[in-house]
Amino acid sequence: MSKFTRISGASALALLLPVLMWGPAQAATDADLAEIREQIRQLKEGYEARIQALEQKLKEAETAKTREAAAPPAPPVAAAPTATSSASGIAAFNPAISAVLQGRYANLSQDPSKFAIGGFAPGGDIGPGRRGFSLSESELAISANVDHLFAGNLIVSLSPENTVSVEEAYGIYTAAPYGLVPKVGRFFSGLGYMNEQHQHAWDFIDAPLAYQAFLGGQYANDGLQVKWVAPTDQFLEFGAEVGKGDNFPGSLRNRNGAGSAVIYAHTGGDIGASHSWRAGLSYLQTRAQDRQYSQLDLAGNNTQVGFNGTSHVAIADFVWKYAPNGNALQTNFKVQGEYFWRRENGDFTYDVDGALRLTNTSTYTSRQGGWYLQGIYQFMPYWRVGARYDRLDPGHVDYGSNVAYLDSPAFHPERGTLMLDYTPSEFSRIRLQWGQSKTQAGVTDNQLFLQYILTMGAHGAHKF
Amino acid sequence: MKSHLQWLLATLVVAWVGPAAAALNVFATVPEWGALTEELGGDKVKVYTATNPLQDPHHVEAKPSLIGRARGADLVVATGAELEIGWLPLVTQQAGNPKIQAGKPGYFEAAAFVPMLEKPTRLDRAEGDVHALGNPHIQTDPRNIARVAGPLSAKLSELDPANAAYYQARYKAFADRWAAAIARWEREAAPLKGVAVLVQHKGFPYLLAWLGMKEVAALEPKPSVEPTIAHLSEVLETVQRQPVKMVIRAAYQSDRASQWIAERAKINVVVLPFTVGGDDAAKDLFGLFDDTIQRLLQGAK
Repeated sequence: MSKFTRISGASALALLLPVLMWGPAQAATDADLAEIREQIRQLKEGYEARIQALEQKLKEAETAKTREAAAPPAPPVAAAPTATSSASGIAAFNPAISAVLQGRYANLSQDPSKFAIGGFAPGGDIGPGRRGFSLSESELAISANVDHLFAGNLIVSLSPENTVSVEEAYGIYTAAPYGLVPKVGRFFSGLGYMNEQHQHAWDFIDAPLAYQAFLGGQYANDGLQVKWVAPTDQFLEFGAEVGKGDNFPGSLRNRNGAGSAVIYAHTGGDIGASHSWRAGLSYLQTRAQDRQYSQLDLAGNNTQVGFNGTSHVAIADFVWKYAPNGNALQTNFKVQGEYFWRRENGDFTYDVDGALRLTNTSTYTSRQGGWYLQGIYQFMPYWRVGARYDRLDPGHVDYGSNVAYLDSPAFHPERGTLMLDYTPSEFSRIRLQWGQSKTQAGVTDNQLFLQYILTMGAHGAHKF
Repeated sequence: MKSHLQWLLATLVVAWVGPAAAALNVFATVPEWGALTEELGGDKVKVYTATNPLQDPHHVEAKPSLIGRARGADLVVATGAELEIGWLPLVTQQAGNPKIQAGKPGYFEAAAFVPMLEKPTRLDRAEGDVHALGNPHIQTDPRNIARVAGPLSAKLSELDPANAAYYQARYKAFADRWAAAIARWEREAAPLKGVAVLVQHKGFPYLLAWLGMKEVAALEPKPSVEPTIAHLSEVLETVQRQPVKMVIRAAYQSDRASQWIAERAKINVVVLPFTVGGDDAAKDLFGLFDDTIQRLLQGAK
């Protein structure tokens, strides 16, 4: 298509050029101009029609040729071709491009703008999102081998608020020896199980509460990752990352050097033909500087609090999948769970902006935890049901001298979720999800979601 | 937990201390290439087959076990033509093994040496799971196995030149036996010429083209889209106008749709092994075609 618009554009320009050059001297009237425009339009239309006719003829000739070629069944070819790729020209080197379209309808019994996880510092992109109909993030992914040494991947997220963000942008060095896989750029950290998966690949519309409370939804970093795969038949992988560390639970700090460090180990394998599993341990250390949020104090005032210090997060994860004879097409079953621990220590500033104008800074230590467990069952082709349970442990929070103003949390946030989804092909999914979320004392949010996920373009590979 | 750790440590030690006796570690994506590599490589190769014959080759996951095995592979033998597109690129990328990256000597695609059938003239996902390079189920025609055997043998020699003479001798022996077997199968299958069949999935164009059989319709409305009652009813109508002898499905597929149509159209259901190990008789590549021909002849009665 673009070919003929370019041709007709060029011919129109060629016709227009003398007119334009001539124009000022002649001082053409409006009527003249209109007539010339009309003539150009007619010419253009004439050319377009002729080019379209030619294209049509060419297409017919081509299909006739392929039909001819396909007519004798399996022509015995003496000399086998050595390569299958027949693409040529500039476009042959285009990277794989895919786009994910998502949207949803949400019915929430509680106002989502009042969402909070009681006893846990909020951060990142958390909460159930908007009520009613809304577009979810659209994703554009571009990937290709850069050359014989690197592979590249760019994933851009377009938010429904019309902002663009770089979700992932990294290069992988594919020629590294000794089982090393180095990666540079912005990427979802390899910690935990779900963290590396993109949101559209999740089995529920939202992240587990533990991910929301401890990692702000999903932990991404700008930096360097090196994975090492042990030379054993048993899958054994170790990873280390250093990065900017500006994402929750850390925060942006103006300094040289790494703002966060992650290490992890994964192992996994098969048990017979029908079972496969993966388990892992991960540890994240990062620092927060003046990580501010608002919290109610003992007197019921809305106060501003800030945390300066170190955050340590440890995660134990496992996933187990079952498919009869390894054939997941008809039925399959999957269980996954992750347990989080977090310790934060540093100092904590309590700041009430009321009549008192009181500020107090003291030491702070917290030990908190949380987990989720979920099961997904495909009971027939295309149809899956799932259940998930989330629970957070407020643990122990030592406010130091701020104990005079702030209460140690005792409430256990929890949530139960059910889902049903329909996946007519590898490229589309429609999901119904219902959840009962109790993230603040005395507040129950009944959540109903209807979601669609449509994927276009290059066939992506899915992580286990 | 303790015994697990001990076991893990033991594997680690074994992997480091004792390099495997086999010269070449081969990672085959599907059983047919695993079997062919074993025929050609004998005891000079150690073959790991990533999928089993009862698995739908279109739906495989990049499991940890596959990444672990790809780590130590000297050669990946894949079908290509996008059959493994959903998992193999991820496995090779995550395995930390530069030898087996696409384009490197340790990466072999069988489809590159075979004339492809059913190359779509229109690339559109609305047509179902179509493969841009043609139908990837090339192993159902034994002449394709012969076409792949030569280049695969050359690949083994290239990667392991010390044993080149051994590989060449094995290839010669295999090629002779295989040519004789093809002649025998073609003789046996003579009555199948012109026989009209239904297929469940478009998985057999190479087999049917080889034997001169005629595919009247597929039970799947589009490739890899599960059969629907509406589509099956249409197929039933077609069959009433254009009689067929049997409906063919691969061992890994569900039997519901083929049973449904077989009962109504009064035709035979023929379950083909599809690949090595697909049933008890298909123990190796020779057994695969012996059994395939026998089952088709039975179905045509």
